[in-house]
Amino acid sequence: MTVETKLPFNQEYIQAFSKDRNEPGWMTTLRSKALEMADSLDMPKPDKTKISNWNFTDFQHSYKEAAAIASLNELPEELKAYFAEDASMENLYIQRNQTAAYNSLSQELQDKGVIFTDIFTAMNEHSDLVEKYYMNDAVAVDQNRLTALHAALMNGGIFVYVPKNVQIEDPLQAIFWQEDTDSALLNHVLVVAEEGSSVTYVENYISHNDTEETVANLVTEVFAHDNAQVAYGAVDNFAAGTTTYVNRRGVAQRDAQINWALGQMNDGNTVSENITYLLGDNSNSEAKAVSVGRGKQTQNFTSSIRQFGKQTDAYILQRGVMKGAATTIFNAIGKIEHGGTKSNSEQESRVLMLSEKSRGDANPILLIDEDDVTAGHAASVGRVDPLQMYYLMSRGLEQEEAERLVIHGFLAPVVAQLPIESVRKQLTQVIERKVY
Amino acid sequence: MSGSVLEIKNLHVSIEDKEILKGVDLTVKGGEFHAIMGPNGTGKSTLASAIMGHPKYEVTEGTITLDGEDVLEMEVDERARAGLFLAMQYPSEISGVTTSDFLRSAINAKREEGDEIPLMKFIKELDKDLDYLDIDQNMATRYLNEGFSGGEKKRNEILQLMQLKPDIAILDEIDSGLDIDALKVVSKGINKMRSDNFGCLIITHYQRLLNYITPDFVHVMMQGRVVKSGGPELAKRLEAEGYEWIKEELGIEDEETAEQNA
Ligand SMILES: Nc1ncnc2c1ncn2[C@@H]1O[C@H](COP(=O)(O)OP(=O)(O)OP(=O)(O)O)[C@@H](O)[C@H]1O
Ligand SMILES: [Mg+2]
Repeated sequence: MTVETKLPFNQEYIQAFSKDRNEPGWMTTLRSKALEMADSLDMPKPDKTKISNWNFTDFQHSYKEAAAIASLNELPEELKAYFAEDASMENLYIQRNQTAAYNSLSQELQDKGVIFTDIFTAMNEHSDLVEKYYMNDAVAVDQNRLTALHAALMNGGIFVYVPKNVQIEDPLQAIFWQEDTDSALLNHVLVVAEEGSSVTYVENYISHNDTEETVANLVTEVFAHDNAQVAYGAVDNFAAGTTTYVNRRGVAQRDAQINWALGQMNDGNTVSENITYLLGDNSNSEAKAVSVGRGKQTQNFTSSIRQFGKQTDAYILQRGVMKGAATTIFNAIGKIEHGGTKSNSEQESRVLMLSEKSRGDANPILLIDEDDVTAGHAASVGRVDPLQMYYLMSRGLEQEEAERLVIHGFLAPVVAQLPIESVRKQLTQVIERKVY
Repeated sequence: MSGSVLEIKNLHVSIEDKEILKGVDLTVKGGEFHAIMGPNGTGKSTLASAIMGHPKYEVTEGTITLDGEDVLEMEVDERARAGLFLAMQYPSEISGVTTSDFLRSAINAKREEGDEIPLMKFIKELDKDLDYLDIDQNMATRYLNEGFSGGEKKRNEILQLMQLKPDIAILDEIDSGLDIDALKVVSKGINKMRSDNFGCLIITHYQRLLNYITPDFVHVMMQGRVVKSGGPELAKRLEAEGYEWIKEELGIEDEETAEQNA
C-alpha cells in the first residue's frame, strides 16, 4: 500500500543535499531513513492546543551561502543589542541563515580540547562523536513527524563539546539569525559535557519576517555526564511569520545538573517542549521559562522533568504574560519513575492576563510512581492585582509604569536566571516591546 | 513658602453600598501634626483610603481639596504627585521588584522627564535614610515588602515617606506591630520630616506613639464622624479612660442599640 506523500521533499533531494554538505555516510543514511518515516508518523500532540491547521510541513529548503561576518559593526542594530558593548567576539558563533558566518573560540579553550563549531564542520571533523549523540538518547528521530522531518532536513546548528573535567568560566554564545525566509530553519544544537566538566551556553534565535511565512523546526540535545554541569539559556525571538516547533531535551547522569532558562518570545505560533531526563542518582534540573503572548498568536509550552535516579531534584518554573488575543497553554509535568526514591519534584506555573481577549492556562501535572518522595505544585492564572496597582500608584507611578513594574517583577524569577548580562538586558527589552 | 492645606468637608464614604463615613470635617496644614484615634471599625482607615483614592471606596458626598485643587477628581497617582502620601496599614507585596528600583521609579515619577535623579545621588540618599532608620542595607535589594516582617513593612513605609518627601502624609497605624526600638526609630524618621512644609495625619490606637511624636491636634473618630478634637492631653485621657466617657458626654449610643431604639 502506498501512502500519499504530503512532503515536498524526496529521497533524491535529501541524498543530494547530504552529499553537497560532504556529510559522513551515517548522516546520509539517518536523513534518508527519517524521511521515509516522516510520512507515516503523527504530528506532535501538545496538550490542549490544536495545531492541525498550522503549517509545519510546507516550506522552502534551499541552501544559499550567506556572507561571512567580519565584525560586529556589520550586524543590524537589533542584533548588536545581544552583545555587551565591550564584547570581545570570543566564544561566539553567529549563524546567518544556514551559514556559519562567524565562529570564534578562545585559544585557551581550544587547547583544552573544547569544541564549539557548526554542526556540519563538527560532522566532518568529529564524526564519531557527533554520531554517538545525534538523535539517539535524547530526541528520537521517530518521536513524531516533526522530529523525523528535522532529522531528514536539518540545515544548521552547532556542536558544543566539553572534555572531562574542563570548567568553562565564560559563557559560550550562539546567535541564529534568520535573515531571510528563503529557507526554513531546521536547527540542531548538540551540547555534550563530559564527566566533571561545566559549561554555560546561551543562544538567540532572531528573525524579522512579520508577514512572510516560514517554519522553524529546532532540536536541542544536552548531555551532562557524571558530575557535569550545564547551564542553558535561550532567547527565542522569531517574528510573527515563523511557525515554530522547538524540542529541547537534556539527559543528566549521576550528580549532574542541567539548568534551563528559556525566554520564549516568538511572535508566531509556537509549540515548545523542554524535557529533561534525570537518569543518574543525585542529578538535578531547573527548567525555567518565560513567555509573553501578544496579537493573535497561539503558543503551547511543555516543561517536563522525568526522574529515574535516586535523590534527584527537579524544579519547573513557568511564567507567562498574555495580552491582545493571544492564547498560551503551559503544561508542567513532573514525573518520578519507580525507583527514584528520595527524589523531589517541584513546579510552579503562573500566567498573568492583561487583556479580556487573551487566554491562558496553566496545567500542573505530577506523576509519581514511587512512595518515598516529596513533590509540590502551584499554578495560577490571574489578572494584575488591583491592590498592588493601588499601592504602586499611591507612590506617584502612572498606571502604565506601575503595570510595567508588576509585569517585570512577575517575570523576574526567570529573566534574572539568564547567564549573560547583555542577553538578560536584551530579553528585558524584548519583553518591554512585546508588552507595550 | 508655607505648607500645603488638605481640607476635608462633610465627607461621606461608602464601601459596597454601606455608608462608613457620615460627614467628616478635617483640615491638615503644613507644619501641623494631627492624630486620629478611635475604636476599631469606626472608619479611620476608610478616611485614609478615601483621601488616597482606593478603588473600593466610593465618595458619595462632600469634598477633599489640596491647596484648593479637587482631590476627588484626581487619579491615585495624580494625588501622590500632587503631594499626598499614605503609609498603609497593610502594604502590598510586589514580587520581583526591588525596593530600590521601585523607589527610584517613584522619585522619578514626581520629576520631569529628562530630570531624573542621578543614580549616585539616589544611592547616597537612600543609604542615608536606611542608616537613619536602622534598616539593613539588603532591604534595598529585596523585593518590595515580599516576606518582610510586620515591623519591616512599617519601617519600609517610613523609608518611602522620607525618600518621597510629600507635603501631606497620612500614616495608618504605623506603630502597630512594632517593638519598642522600632517604634523609636520610626518616630525618629517621622519627626525628622517635621517642617512648615510638611503636614501629617497619624492614625493610631496608642498613646505610646504620641509619646515620641507630639501631635498638635488629637481627633476622636466614632461611627464615621470626628466627634471630638483637642490637644495632646486628649490622647492621654483616652489612654487612661478609654472611649466610654466620650460616648456619655456626647450621648453617642452603640450602633446596634441605636438601631433598636429607632
Ligand atoms: N469590603 C467591605 N465590606 C463591608 N464593610 C467593610 C468593608 N471594608 C471595611 N468595611 C467596614 O468598614 C468599617 C470601617 O472600617 P475601617 O477599616 O475604616 O476601620 P478602622 O477605624 O480603620 O478600624 P481599625 O482600628 O480596626 O483599623 C468597618 O466596620 C468595616 O467592617
Ligand atoms: Mg484601620
